[in-house]
Amino acid sequence: MIGAGGRSNRLSALFWRQPMLALAGLALPPVLWLVLIYIAALAVLFVAAFWSVDDFTGEIVRTWTVRNFTELAASPTYRTIALRTIGMAALVTLTDAVLAFPVAYYMARVAGRRLRLVLITLVVLPLWSSYLARVYAWRLILAHDGALNWGLRALGLPAAEIGYTNWAMWIVFSYIWLPFMIMPVYAALERIPPSFFEASQDLGARGGRTLRRVVLPLAMPGLIAGSIFTFSLTLGDYITPVLVGGPGSDFIGNVVYSNVGVANNIPFAAAYATVPLVLMGLYLWLARRLGAFEVL
Amino acid sequence: MNKKANMGERQMKTSVTKAVLAAALGAVLAPAGAFAAPAKADYPKEIGKGEGELNIVAWEGYAQDDWIKPFEQQSGCKVNRKYAGSSDEMVALMRSGGGGQYDLVSASGDATLRLIYGGDVQPIDVNLIPDYANFLDNLKSPPHNTVNGLHYGLSYEWGPNVLMWNADKITTPPDSWAAIYNDTHKGQITVPDNAIQIADAALYLMATKPELGIKDPYELTRAQLDAATKLLSDQRPLIKKYWALASDEIELFKNGDAIIGAAWPYQTNALRADNVNVMDTVPKEGATGWADSWMLASKSKHVMCAYQFMKYVSTHEVQAQQEIYFGETPANAKACDAMNALEAGSCSKYHLDAPASYFQQIHFWKTPLPDCGDGRKDCTSYGDWQKAWQKVKG
Repeated sequence: MIGAGGRSNRLSALFWRQPMLALAGLALPPVLWLVLIYIAALAVLFVAAFWSVDDFTGEIVRTWTVRNFTELAASPTYRTIALRTIGMAALVTLTDAVLAFPVAYYMARVAGRRLRLVLITLVVLPLWSSYLARVYAWRLILAHDGALNWGLRALGLPAAEIGYTNWAMWIVFSYIWLPFMIMPVYAALERIPPSFFEASQDLGARGGRTLRRVVLPLAMPGLIAGSIFTFSLTLGDYITPVLVGGPGSDFIGNVVYSNVGVANNIPFAAAYATVPLVLMGLYLWLARRLGAFEVL
Repeated sequence: MNKKANMGERQMKTSVTKAVLAAALGAVLAPAGAFAAPAKADYPKEIGKGEGELNIVAWEGYAQDDWIKPFEQQSGCKVNRKYAGSSDEMVALMRSGGGGQYDLVSASGDATLRLIYGGDVQPIDVNLIPDYANFLDNLKSPPHNTVNGLHYGLSYEWGPNVLMWNADKITTPPDSWAAIYNDTHKGQITVPDNAIQIADAALYLMATKPELGIKDPYELTRAQLDAATKLLSDQRPLIKKYWALASDEIELFKNGDAIIGAAWPYQTNALRADNVNVMDTVPKEGATGWADSWMLASKSKHVMCAYQFMKYVSTHEVQAQQEIYFGETPANAKACDAMNALEAGSCSKYHLDAPASYFQQIHFWKTPLPDCGDGRKDCTSYGDWQKAWQKVKG
């Protein structure tokens, strides 16, 4: 086997004889990348969370302290903000799931090939425009003299004062992340073989029962995969709260941002940033157990 | 000194891995947290020949070709401009690469003390700047750029934080900040989303609650800070939105979401140009304000060019050009004629011809520090303000 082929042949022969070596060679670059860029960054974040800042000099004091965490736990402000962030992420996820399911179902099972293509394009199209442009557009729609109130007034209805409130945030988040829910649900629904529907019908189940007992369980991994997107994207956002939120709309991200940028208190920001980190870890673990990664 | 030596000793005793880890992390975080003592004076004898180059950090609009090109021609100093979006970015840029990458920065009053106490900037010899003599009295040695009699910054342009309202909706002109603290305009008020807003509340309390004993709205004891925070918390239900960008407030007024609030003259002008009937005033309690200063990096490699630049931008012609471009007020009191020549009536529009009493009621931004500036050390820090502001916003 080893002969005229030269170095490359000898190398491949070596890998053939030592499969573990080949695996290591293949895995090393991405593992290194992951460790250096991702794990190391997280480690720095986590370590920094146990430091503090000297009030007078602004210098980072590198002695271990849990002060940041006790302060976070004791303060009702930060608790409210964390709960608001998590609550909004959950609400947006639920809203998107409810909105996305019929759309995805129609795309996957009812629409013809051409209409399906048109619908997929329409769902994905907003992602081509800037996130900021879309948020600003909503701001104009929901403002006091905006398109919504203009329309309501034209119909003789009272004006809705939802601009710059948590309602506005809920609407904007649900709108912006909707495509991220539709696509995985669509992928999951498309995979259900038509014979399942026939079997369900043959066994006497009507539409509602088929939906509950056959479609929904099979769509679940898609819904959970979509919820990872909508939940984590909402959880980490800090721009929409600034742009469309009112007083009392700050998210965890806003607190982190102002502590890093304005107050220069990086340890405190790091401590608060571990909250969504832990939360997302738990969420992903749960999602994996429910089989969400099989449709991704 | 002693403390540092002790820390070094302790660090040696820790295990090697820990030290390596700490060093690595330190390298990552050092630029954000490096603090030293204020730099000592090292004045040049005279402004000599330029080094051919000058690197500046400035607000967008602070280094326009209109006045930079002529400077480059007459001085032979090529100006490399870096625009910053926030005071924090400015501080970070001045500290980047160990300092010395940039020579000058147009820092606002909420960043100047951080740069001074961080040792990032060095004292400037104002005797080398002829136009310094023409500066407004309260901008010659303001506490936000002058420490222990040393001028770490050269005042440039400034503006008040005014009370602005929609004159179509509010027909009686308000003359007190009370208009944004009582519920007359509930749900239609907007104020900046900035911890320094606490100073506005403190200023109002200074006039309305003298028993609190607030003397300087930027030097608050814990009790005084709590009182200001209380006032702002009570204000929160009245607020439509805390604005983060000037454009946010402009939109709030344009769309009818807000009809009164704290603003800069810039917003008033922008809204009027857009046919929104807004007015502004400095209420009877006075106002806070911002003032920008040019500051010279401690490790500047182009000191001569920097002095030539500071001398040039302090002249009334350049200050007037800057003022018209940005909508603010020069520090050079002689700029009035040049301003009116560029835009008729602009001198009084921006209050440069106002009597001294006008300037005295404006309290310029400065970074709150634990050192109260009068010997007491129990004042609240900017970190405390930041947390208090977060509590207000919820």
